[in-house]
Amino acid sequence: MDRHEGRAAVAAVWHIESARIVGALARYTGEFTLAEDLAQEALAEALVTWPRDGVPRNPAGWLLTVGRRRAIDGFRRRAALDDRYAALARELGEGGVAAGSDPADPMRVAEQVLWDPDRIDDDVLALMFVACHPVLLPEGRVALTLRVIGGLTSDEIARAFLVPTATVQARITRAKKTLAAARVPFEIPPAAERAGRLISVLRVIYVIFTEGSSASSGTDLIRFDLAAEAQRLARVLARLLPDEPEVHSLLALLELTAARFPARTGPEGEPVLLEDQDRRRWDRSAIRRGRAALARAERARRGLGIYGLQAAIAECHAVAPSVADTDWDRIVLLYEALGRLAPAPVVEVNRAVAVAMARGPAAALPIVDELEAAGELANSHLLPSVRGELLIRLGRTDEARAELHRAIARCGNARERSVLERKIELLDPGTVA
Amino acid sequence: MKYMLIMRATDEAFAAMGDIDFTEMLETIGKFNDELIRAGVLLAAEGLDDAAEGVVVDYSSADPVVTDGPYGETKELFNGYYILNVASKEEAVEWAKRMPMTGAGFKTEIRRVSTIDEFPQDNVWIQKERAWREATGQL
Repeated sequence: MDRHEGRAAVAAVWHIESARIVGALARYTGEFTLAEDLAQEALAEALVTWPRDGVPRNPAGWLLTVGRRRAIDGFRRRAALDDRYAALARELGEGGVAAGSDPADPMRVAEQVLWDPDRIDDDVLALMFVACHPVLLPEGRVALTLRVIGGLTSDEIARAFLVPTATVQARITRAKKTLAAARVPFEIPPAAERAGRLISVLRVIYVIFTEGSSASSGTDLIRFDLAAEAQRLARVLARLLPDEPEVHSLLALLELTAARFPARTGPEGEPVLLEDQDRRRWDRSAIRRGRAALARAERARRGLGIYGLQAAIAECHAVAPSVADTDWDRIVLLYEALGRLAPAPVVEVNRAVAVAMARGPAAALPIVDELEAAGELANSHLLPSVRGELLIRLGRTDEARAELHRAIARCGNARERSVLERKIELLDPGTVA
Repeated sequence: MKYMLIMRATDEAFAAMGDIDFTEMLETIGKFNDELIRAGVLLAAEGLDDAAEGVVVDYSSADPVVTDGPYGETKELFNGYYILNVASKEEAVEWAKRMPMTGAGFKTEIRRVSTIDEFPQDNVWIQKERAWREATGQL
């Protein structure tokens, strides 16, 4: 087999199976960090042997067997120092390949021990809770989630977040050390802790999606693969926790937001504003899935949370035939509810935009002015670009121009900057911004 | 990125499917579908009705020529699909005649998409699938 093909085959299997392999190994060893190391060792071995010998008939079983064998070797090495591990190694080795018995099919033995279909779901869920544990720094949670549940390599994570691979590796190492030092158990948290911990899991998936759907730096406006991975993680979580409305709300938000991706960029990759988007290009099936997920969250009758409210806003856009025919009054109400639940300057800016659409720019300007006076969002281009837009609509051209220049100075994304520059050009026909 | 997995079988393979126990086949496919759902990758999955019930619209001549399926040549590339919600086969044929990609060699095969209602409702895998479809708006 071609070397590149071989590596691609390993990567594909890994992306599909990594969560279940790490999860099964974590259940087997009782240690998340050890399981992650073992799984990475198995992956490294696959990268050497599969391109040479071909992909095994049962790739997941192969990876599991290698991981399990490494675990036993490790326990044996530590056995001289620790009687507890000696007992464990004997116990774990029973009937296994490394114990000296000679089963006809070692893959099947590993599968019988580890690939328990009744426990795989719990393994993956526990993995999500551990990877998103609040004891970790947010960037550590994101890196660990993409690594162990998403099956992304450090290189892939680094490319997605535009940081050096070494940085990602350091984040993962630090996160694993933190988990080990805090003695975080590999388990689904007890019911009393569940809700609080779930917030962290949802937040991590949301952050991954946000990074993919609106790159904070660089030249590409949307990194679809990262956003798609977040959607996949949300679907996995919805499958694992079907009775948690906020999980369905998050899934709804991601689907409804992603539905607009096909129309959000033009042929040159330039951003296309909502009012200029060709709504026929919106992904109808994604909208349908998003609305179904939102309806499911609403059926729980526990009120919408922060993701549910945002999803409901996205739904208003998704069902509207045009900007003018959008239910802006409902969007204003939803932003007000969101502002009460999770007060944030960005929510206020968005509320101001909705108010401008529902009642005109004069009604919206005081909201933005208040944020400005409070010194909110001082480093973001968001406030001056919205303020500039409102001033344009009020005919206050000179002030609008100044605001747009402020926005450009603060904007880190080249694509978004060019949109702002075009607005200035439209203000000053015949001159270059 | 989305991909369609196009299930194609030779005539012999298709005929051999008649020998497999139907309940067993539902279980095999049901488990596979369940795997795809667990992995978060399944967006939509549909089976097509009997090819003999299909229609082919051929654009080789000036006016589209409509013939009943199945077609004789089996080496044609299946390179895309639409799902339309229409009232009748004729309505679907009419939409196919209006397709923008026409000319020699371009054909649209029109096949009915079977629904979950046509499967035995007491089958546990069908019940699971129905629950998933209800939850995700795929019915």
